[in-house]
Amino acid sequence: MAKMTLEQLRKLREEKKGDMQKRDVEGKSIQIIVGMGTCGIAAGAKQSFDEIVKAIDENKLSGDVIIRQTGCMGLCHVEPTVEVVMPGMPATIYGRVDAATARDIVVKHVVGKTLVENHIYDRPAVDIVKK
Amino acid sequence: MAYKNFILVCGGTGCESSRADDIYKELIASAEALGVKDDVQIVKTGCFGFCEKGPIVKVLPSESFYVEVKPEDAREIIAEQVVKGREVARLLYKDDRQKDRIKVEDIQFYQKQFRIVLRNCGVINPENIDEYIARDGYAALEKVLSSMKPDDVIEQLKISGLRGRGGAGFPTWRKWMFSKGVQADQKYVVCNADEGDPGAYMDRSTIEGDPHSVIEAMTICGYTVGSTKGFVYIRAEYPLAIERLKIALKQAREYGLLGDNILGTGFSFDIEIRLGAGAFVCGEETALLQSLEGNRGMPIPRPPFPAVKGLWGKPTIINNVETWANIPVIITKGAEWFAKIGTETSKGTKVFALTGKVNNSGLVEVPMGTTLREIIFDIGGGIKGGKKFKGAQTGGPSGGIITAEFLDTPIDYESLTSLGSMMGSGGLIVMDEDDCMVDVSRFYMEFCVDESCGKCSPCRIGTNQMHALLVKITKGQGTLDDLDKLEKIGLAMKKAALCGLGQTAPNPTLASIKRFRDEYVEHIVDRKCRAGKCKDLVVYSIDKSKCIGCGLCARKCPVNCITGDKTQKFTIDASKCIKCGECFKACKFSAVVKK
Ligand SMILES: Cc1cc2nc3c(=O)[nH]c(=O)nc-3n(C[C@H](O)[C@H](O)[C@H](O)COP(=O)(O)O)c2cc1C
Ligand code: FES
Repeated sequence: MAKMTLEQLRKLREEKKGDMQKRDVEGKSIQIIVGMGTCGIAAGAKQSFDEIVKAIDENKLSGDVIIRQTGCMGLCHVEPTVEVVMPGMPATIYGRVDAATARDIVVKHVVGKTLVENHIYDRPAVDIVKK
Repeated sequence: MAYKNFILVCGGTGCESSRADDIYKELIASAEALGVKDDVQIVKTGCFGFCEKGPIVKVLPSESFYVEVKPEDAREIIAEQVVKGREVARLLYKDDRQKDRIKVEDIQFYQKQFRIVLRNCGVINPENIDEYIARDGYAALEKVLSSMKPDDVIEQLKISGLRGRGGAGFPTWRKWMFSKGVQADQKYVVCNADEGDPGAYMDRSTIEGDPHSVIEAMTICGYTVGSTKGFVYIRAEYPLAIERLKIALKQAREYGLLGDNILGTGFSFDIEIRLGAGAFVCGEETALLQSLEGNRGMPIPRPPFPAVKGLWGKPTIINNVETWANIPVIITKGAEWFAKIGTETSKGTKVFALTGKVNNSGLVEVPMGTTLREIIFDIGGGIKGGKKFKGAQTGGPSGGIITAEFLDTPIDYESLTSLGSMMGSGGLIVMDEDDCMVDVSRFYMEFCVDESCGKCSPCRIGTNQMHALLVKITKGQGTLDDLDKLEKIGLAMKKAALCGLGQTAPNPTLASIKRFRDEYVEHIVDRKCRAGKCKDLVVYSIDKSKCIGCGLCARKCPVNCITGDKTQKFTIDASKCIKCGECFKACKFSAVVKK
């Protein structure tokens, strides 16, 4: 993208805001977001990430799922953390996601539309940007 | 088949002990009895950070947040919410927080945490500028460049009440005003991302999770004070943060948000990264600027303050990462909005790195005025293993310990200082009955001995002398006189040291002697360490009445000082024992005694 003017920045923001609200990125409706801060990576987030990619492939879901990374959510005691946002399910944050749990999340949550027991955590604060 | 509702039952330690498990079972039984078990999935979750009002039950997708739920309430929740789709009003959380603390009327929330600085951390992809922009990123810069004069920006900061988050709490607007008022051919803007105190990682996480918030704020500062050049001074030990910052700078330049003629407005500003080698003293602003210039990182006396005469002798604004990250929100949401949050003297929020003997360690951001009890026992879920809370260290090696009697003090800059500690950058280390206060003081003093730059004698010699006295006490060789000496040297350092490092180095020791004098006296007079941390004061022995002669301890002992057999039982040769504690940990019959 070339350098923008004030007006172009405003337009880009509206456009990207729309994208975020649709929660529908690049035509894919399911988002899996992996916490990749130093704390997450130290706790094994890369392995969980890889396992998610593998499980998505095996379940032939790559056309519907986008896997994203994000920074630390603050839940350092239960890293790695993974958030799943998809239609028909409440946005859910999972903690202590090792490779096995990562697979469970794909199979049970994304495919089976059930929550994975014992790994759910609450988002720690309201989103001040959305309101 | 898909579930229509999800019921989350808190399975955190706090709620678990108040019968969350019974609630869980009752919910499942009721769902079955009422014939809706295929409509609702009932699961257990981790701590909601609200243990005081536990047990907590949350129902999705309606987001109903129920507090102090009893097993008897389970049937009603199922019958009303799952069967009829109505909330159980009497169980809903009602915001009864002191109204003078959080007055953000337009936002309904139950959490103790409130995220301004960390608004994007864990939400956006830090390596994608579009996601930052979509969440009002660069809207503050846009507003400033298109409709605000430099004085307007300073006025907004003044109304907001923002104070520096790097430790001292200096009003940000005033610093900027000083710099703006000076005529100079060049001015600089610096971000202090050195973050050197043990236990602190707020600034690292902020840059890792939301690098653009710092870039945007520094650019706004450049416009306000009349500078075209910024530096981020960050320690080389933070490779991921540096990498993400580099990506962010590159993307901002490509979009025309940094560099020449920003957003076509004619204003130019750019930022360079400078790596620090990881010396604590380089977090002190004058030492940092020395290091930035390529000199040895040693502080110089103030005044002149950097805002007037800083980097290469030019006016320089230096602010902490967290201070920067607040600024775009103040501009977009308005200074009045920001000023509603917090206490009389301290506005906004503070990020803490909560670590130590607490169940839920992590990064927490709370409004100023939140109490330590809320942070440690609600958000933090209480002390690990149900042990007893002893104290919490704020301000790291420059702060002090806060004891149980002050758990309900609302935290702000002033209240912490009056307790003999300080806000510091935000490390918050929780200690329990197993932590020895003398040993903790020794640890922080050792840190200061290592990190003192040696330029001024009060700090160079003072830290060494205080450390020697503390070591002497932990070895059981101290005298009561030593306590007076510690206090005397400490007070002298506070008065005479050149920079903040030396002036604050005695704080942990002085605060700890004040609050835990009996523990020091115990080490000195009784030669006893009640926490069992000071090795020289601990003796291990075996209680023969409990020993079954299994010999596990002897096999674990690395120096073979435990001998015996099944009939004779085992004994420890105290003269050879190195007090590693392996036998104590190994024994399954509590026969190894530690005294
Ligand atoms: C020994 C010592 C270490 C410091 N370390 C840091 C640090 O790591 N990060 C920081 O932002 N400020 C640190 N400070 C405070 C800075 O000197 C300075 O006050 C701060 O960067 C100003 O920014 P603020 O007004 O935004 O807080 C330290 C001060 C001292 C005395
Ligand atoms: S344990 Fe349930 S809210 Fe903390």
